[in-house]
Amino acid sequence: MDNTNHDPQSDQPTRHTLSIQVDNRPGVLARVITLISGRGFNIDSLSVAQTMDPEISIITLIITGNPKIIQQIIKQLRKLVNVIKVTDLSFTDYVERQLVMVRVRAELPSNRSEIMRLCGIFRAKVVDVSLRNFALELTGGPGKIKAALGLFQAFGIDELVSTGPTAMTKSPSPKPANGSPKGKARKEK
Amino acid sequence: MERMNGARILIECWRKEGVEVIFGYPGAATVDIHHALAESGLRFVLTRHEQAAVHAAEGYARSTGRPGVVLVTSGPGATNTITGLAGANMDSVPVLVFSGQVARMLIGNDAFQEVDIVGISRPVTKHNYLVMSTEELASTVKEAFYVATSGRPGAVLVDLPKDVIGGMAAFEYPKTINMRAYQPHLIPHPRQVAKAAELLRAAERPVVYAGGGVISSGASDVLLKLAEVLDIPVTTTLMGLGGFPGTHRLFLGMLGMHGTYRANMAVQDADLILAVGARFDDRVTGALGSFAPKATFIHIDVDTTSIHKILDADVPLVADARQALLAILDVLGAVPGYPKEARSLWHGMIAAWEKEHPLRVPNPGNGLIQPQAVVEALYKGTSGKAVIVTEVGQHQMWAAQFYPCQRPRQFISSGGLGVMGFGLPAALGAQVARPEATVIDIAGDGSILMNIQELATVAQERLPVKVAILNNRALGMVRQWQELFYGGNYAQTILDPSPDFVKLADAFGIRGLVAEKPSEVDAVIAEALAHPGPAIMDFRVDPSALVYPMVPAGKAIDEMLLQPADPPPAPGK
Repeated sequence: MDNTNHDPQSDQPTRHTLSIQVDNRPGVLARVITLISGRGFNIDSLSVAQTMDPEISIITLIITGNPKIIQQIIKQLRKLVNVIKVTDLSFTDYVERQLVMVRVRAELPSNRSEIMRLCGIFRAKVVDVSLRNFALELTGGPGKIKAALGLFQAFGIDELVSTGPTAMTKSPSPKPANGSPKGKARKEK
Repeated sequence: MERMNGARILIECWRKEGVEVIFGYPGAATVDIHHALAESGLRFVLTRHEQAAVHAAEGYARSTGRPGVVLVTSGPGATNTITGLAGANMDSVPVLVFSGQVARMLIGNDAFQEVDIVGISRPVTKHNYLVMSTEELASTVKEAFYVATSGRPGAVLVDLPKDVIGGMAAFEYPKTINMRAYQPHLIPHPRQVAKAAELLRAAERPVVYAGGGVISSGASDVLLKLAEVLDIPVTTTLMGLGGFPGTHRLFLGMLGMHGTYRANMAVQDADLILAVGARFDDRVTGALGSFAPKATFIHIDVDTTSIHKILDADVPLVADARQALLAILDVLGAVPGYPKEARSLWHGMIAAWEKEHPLRVPNPGNGLIQPQAVVEALYKGTSGKAVIVTEVGQHQMWAAQFYPCQRPRQFISSGGLGVMGFGLPAALGAQVARPEATVIDIAGDGSILMNIQELATVAQERLPVKVAILNNRALGMVRQWQELFYGGNYAQTILDPSPDFVKLADAFGIRGLVAEKPSEVDAVIAEALAHPGPAIMDFRVDPSALVYPMVPAGKAIDEMLLQPADPPPAPGK
C-alpha cells in the first residue's frame, strides 16, 4: 500500500515519527503517553510545544515498532477525544531536527582550535567557555548529530543534553492520489 | 442568568440531560450536592458500595439506552468505581461517574480522601474531566454527556473539587457542542455500502455475526429485516443476545468458546461473514488463524479502531450499525435476487449440524438438579419475557444458551471485562429503570457474594428483583478448566460450605427459597415469581455439570468439546 519501507504487513520493527496535533489542555500529553505505554511500548523521544494557535499543541513522538501495531496505535490516538490529527511522517517527505548541547573537553590549545574548526563545519555555536571545556549548541537531523558527536567524542564529552527531534512535512505536500494511504487517513478523521 | 452554586448547577445540568435517577454513595466531598439533591425531586438510589453503584447505572443504561449516572465521594469512593468504569467502557455502555474531589488548593497535597482519580481512571474511561472552575462546570457536563453517549458509547468520569461545587456562577446550559477533535463517524460510505450489498446478495453460505453494537445503535429491527430479505442466518456474541430474536428460524445461537455447534460450524464454513457492531473478541474467534477460513469479511463498526484490529476486513464500513444496515437494505431493494438454491442447501447443512449436536439439558442419572434445567424452567416460568441479568461464570453461559431472548436490552451481562459481582447491582439498576418488568439475576454462588451487600439496597428501594443462584459450591468455570485441562486439580475453587442463602435473604428482609431436588425447581420458581417483593432462589445443582460445547483455548472454533452422551438408565430401574 505504500512505496516506503514501512510495509504495514511487515513484522520488522521500524522507526516512526508521529506528529500529533492536540488540544492544548492539561492532561492531554498524559493521555497520549498512557495510551502508548499501556501497550508496552517505549517512546524513543518526545517533544511538545504550542503552535501558532495557542489552543493547539503539536507532540512529535518517535516510536519503534512493527508497522501493523503502529497503525493500530495511530488509530487509537485518533480516537482520543483531545487529539485533532495524527500523521505518521514516515509516510511523507519531512524534515526532522533536534537540538543538542554538549560540553566538550578542551584543555589543550591544539584541541581548542580543532574543536572550533569542527564547530564551523557543523554550524555549532559555542554557548559557554572555560579553561577546561567548551559548551556547544548543535542542531540538525539525526545523521548530522550522530556524525558530529562521533567526532567530538574524540576529545572527551563531559556532559550532553538533548531535546527530542521535532519534525515537519516539506511544504506544501503534493495532493495525495485517490486511495493512497494518506488520503484515507484524512477521510477517517 | 441566575447565579447558583456548583451543586445546583450540576443538578440543573442533569435535569437538562433528562436524568431521572442517580446511583451512588455520599461522602464529605459531595455532601453539598446531596444537600441540593434532597430538594431536587431527582431519585437517588443509595447502593451499599460504589462499585455496585456503577454496575447499577450500567444495568439502568443497558435496559433503557439512556446514560446511567453515578455520584460518589472523593478518595475511596472514586477508586471503588474503577471496575465499574472499566466494565462499562469495554462493553460500550454510556455511564457517567461524578466524583467528589478535595478543594482545588489541596489537590496534590495528600489531603484526606484525596486521589488522582483522573489519572487513575484515564485508561479505563472513554474520556474524563477535572473541573477547575464553577464557570466551566455546565459546559463540561454537557460535553461529558455528549462524549459518553455518542459514537461508540462509553464511560466518562467528571471530577469535581469541593470548592468548585461550593463556588457560585451564572448558570446557562450550552445549547451546542463544539469539539474540534471529536467527531464520530456515523454515515456509511456509499461505495462500501454498494460493495457490501453486492457481496451479501451473491453469497452462497453467508452468516451475520452481530455484536452489542446492534443493540446500542438500535439496529435490531433493521438486522431482522436484512436477514429475512436475504434469508441469511444470524449468530450473535454474548453482548449481542436479544439483538436478534432468540427463537427465530434464522437464529443460530451464540458463537465462540461456548457457542452452539451449528453457529461455530456455520462460521467456519461460511463464504461471507457480515460482522456488525462486533469486534472479533478472542472468546469469539478462538485460534485466529483458522477462524472462518473460507469467508470474505464485511465489518461494520462505529469505532475505527475495531476495524482491521484483529482481522483484516475485505469491506470495512466505519459507521453507525443502524445507518449502515439501512443503507445496505436501501441498495438491495425490496426483493433482491439471491442464489435461492444455494441458500436452501446452506440452511440444510445448518439444520443437519443442529440435529447432530443441539444444546440440551444433560441427564447423568444422578438425581441432582441440572443447572441448565433451572434456566429452562425460568424461561418457561416467565414465558421468556423476563429481563435476564447475569454474573460471570458457568451460570452466565447457561443463561446465554438456555434462555433465548427475543428483544434487545433483554439480556444484560458483563461481557468484555467479565466482572463477577456485576449481576445483582445491574439487576437492581434494570429494575429501577423498568419497574413493571420481571428482572432475574441468574447467579453463581461465587459471584453473588461479590456484591451481596446490594440486597440491602434492593430491600430499601423495594425492588422486586429475583435472584436465581445456580449453587454448585464451586467457582465453576475455573473448576471446569481444572477438570478438563489441569487433571482435576481443583485448586482454590471449592466454596464449601456455601452460606445458607435462605437465612442470608432473611437477614436482609428478603424472601429466601431453596430447591435441593429436581422436583422442587418449578415450585420454587413459581413461588418466587408470585412473591411481590425481591426473592432469592438457591438451587443446589449438580456440581459436576460442565458448559458444553467448549472450544479449548488456542483451538479453532470448530474443534469443540461436546457434551458426552447420557449414560443409559441403570438396569432394573
